[in-house]
Amino acid sequence: MAVISVIEAVRSAMQEEMRRDSSVFVLGEDVGKRGGVFLSTQGFLDEFGESRVIDTPLAEASIMGIALGAAFKGMRPIPEVQFSDFVWPSINQLVGEAARARYGSNGQLTVPMVVRIPYGGGIRGGLYHSQNVESFFFHVPGLKVVSPGTPYDAKGLLKSAIRDDNLIIFLEHKKSYRLVRGEVPEEEYTIPIGPSDVKRQGSNITVVSYGLMLHHCLEAAELLSQEDVDVEVVDLRTLRPLDTETIINSVKKTGKILIVHEDNLTGGVGAEIAAIVADQAFEYLDGPISRLCGPDIPTMPFAQSLEEAYLPNTDKVASALRELAQY
Amino acid sequence: MTQPRSGPKNRSARSSRSSKTSDTGLPRGITADDLIDYYKRMVLVRTIDERIWMMNRQGKVPIAASSQGHEATQLGSLLAAEKDGDCFLFTYYRDLAVKMAAGLTPSQVMKSFMGKEGDPYSNGRQFPLQGADLDHKIIQLSNVVAAGLTQAVGYALASRMQGDDTVSIVYFGDGASSQGETHEAMNFAGVHKLPVIFLCENNHYAISVPQKSQMAITDIANRAEGYGLAGVVVDGMDIIQVYEATREAISHARSQGPVLLEMKLERFMPHTTDDDDKRYRPAEEVDNIRQRDPVITMGQYMTEQGFLNQEQIDEISKEATAAINQATDEGEEAPLPDPSTMFDHLFKD
Ligand SMILES: Cc1ncc(C[n+]2csc(CCOP(=O)(O)OP(=O)(O)O)c2C)c(N)n1
Ligand SMILES: [Mg+2]
Repeated sequence: MAVISVIEAVRSAMQEEMRRDSSVFVLGEDVGKRGGVFLSTQGFLDEFGESRVIDTPLAEASIMGIALGAAFKGMRPIPEVQFSDFVWPSINQLVGEAARARYGSNGQLTVPMVVRIPYGGGIRGGLYHSQNVESFFFHVPGLKVVSPGTPYDAKGLLKSAIRDDNLIIFLEHKKSYRLVRGEVPEEEYTIPIGPSDVKRQGSNITVVSYGLMLHHCLEAAELLSQEDVDVEVVDLRTLRPLDTETIINSVKKTGKILIVHEDNLTGGVGAEIAAIVADQAFEYLDGPISRLCGPDIPTMPFAQSLEEAYLPNTDKVASALRELAQY
Repeated sequence: MTQPRSGPKNRSARSSRSSKTSDTGLPRGITADDLIDYYKRMVLVRTIDERIWMMNRQGKVPIAASSQGHEATQLGSLLAAEKDGDCFLFTYYRDLAVKMAAGLTPSQVMKSFMGKEGDPYSNGRQFPLQGADLDHKIIQLSNVVAAGLTQAVGYALASRMQGDDTVSIVYFGDGASSQGETHEAMNFAGVHKLPVIFLCENNHYAISVPQKSQMAITDIANRAEGYGLAGVVVDGMDIIQVYEATREAISHARSQGPVLLEMKLERFMPHTTDDDDKRYRPAEEVDNIRQRDPVITMGQYMTEQGFLNQEQIDEISKEATAAINQATDEGEEAPLPDPSTMFDHLFKD
């Protein structure tokens, strides 16, 4: 098995699907000659040509609306939002229109489209190149929201997303693009949208996370194992629909749960998980449902000291776990 | 009718009734029977539109936007699309005549306005006639004005990619022309020379806001040049001119690229059944614009041309009333959607 980065996994998933199905095409800012600002479509223009690799004007609402219109006619567009921070101009088309299309037409319209969004921080991106946008999409019926943490998951989930007949918001943590590397098989595989993945088995505490934070959780779990605390790490992979069953089963086993995300605390994915655990595993709990999340300020600031203060990291996860272990 | 013909060009032009007519005196591609057929459709739409308004006052229809005054544009453009055979439409909430002429039955219209089972657009999930009617090649997803424009452009992009002849026609108001998405849609369509027609139904009002407070220009079609589109101003109260301009726009869209058709027309009724237009426009203005009622002018044209006589005109009106009476009964009798269907069709399996 080859070891590749997340961005290489994303690229090869799209490339394989575009070779397999001529209705798949990419559009977005700088996706053509430049190959995308993160190089996710590097080489695509040469291989697939201008008609399937479309450099759009700098106008997100139209990128999304045009992708949606093409999806209505049976194409499988993959619009790229250059940075999550610039998805807002397209929210009308994404949330107002695309997410409601099937429901609002009583099942007549289908939206086989994958919206790829590099998101998240820790790259000195400041308020407009670091945003965590997942909780906004997590709230919306009619969307499926995916956020892989490893190259293996990124490739398998993206291939499934492209083949899915429904609208999928595919969130790629941009810091993981080159930082996170992992084994990916040469042969064809897909990973179903929906199920989470227990990345580490444990019996004392459950920690639930996704995206880049998954890796801090795994490192912290390793530290805690040296202190005789056995941590189970659940990687959500898909945020919506949420794999409630795996979370609940894990909590029933461990009796304690810590939810970790980079996104703001209030109204985040963790808040929903906390409510579900309180509802469905109340009698099994041995400690408070705990969250370690980004604080409630508008994204991590630019200065290194402030960015570090904002972000959860391995040490912060480890101390939250220690505290919970002692409860 | 004295101006020379001027079709789509790369600058704004004014369209007028063609001098190039066939032996029958009719424009290319249509017969007297087509016009008789469309006159009947116009009378039918007017009759049901008035009935719906009345039923709102009776508490049976929660909300309606009237197409009265817009019929010549909606029907003339649909006649062109129908004759062409390869058009796909993105409509907006005022386009009752487009939808009916495209094949929606009066009974379906009534069920939709009453939120009953059997509404083909959304089966009672959305405002009347909103969602999609794919059998008749229409999508109208939402109430958000101008949201259909980029979608129509994307549909046209897909036509190009799939190598078929479909032309997208997207209908919108003068109010919608101010939206940022309108700019983005026209810009992209211009860059890629896509087969799409932007058909603006300019009734000079966005609810209560008059055109002069919406924009600094008189002709929205003038904007076409800024996007590299053809722009044409059309008398949207004249079904023949609308037919001709749309027919030409379709072939232009297919061979050369997008067209912005600005139909100048009038809104006879308040914005919707919830609006009171006396708050913002004098009654004389409404009396004035009603002088050019497309139902009356088309009726006169039909008798002048000898396509129909007065007796036939009266008969058409009677038939329309009978058809709408029956449709009203069917609407009233139809069941409400079953609450168990509420969760259906969120995703495709
Ligand atoms: C984005 C958006 N803002 C506000 C509204 C509320 N609204 C509905 S129709 C309308 C006026 C639209 O005018 P125009 O586009 O000229 O169409 P007309 O009703 O005159 O045919 C407004 C403000 C809306 N539907 N969508
Ligand atoms: Mg208007």
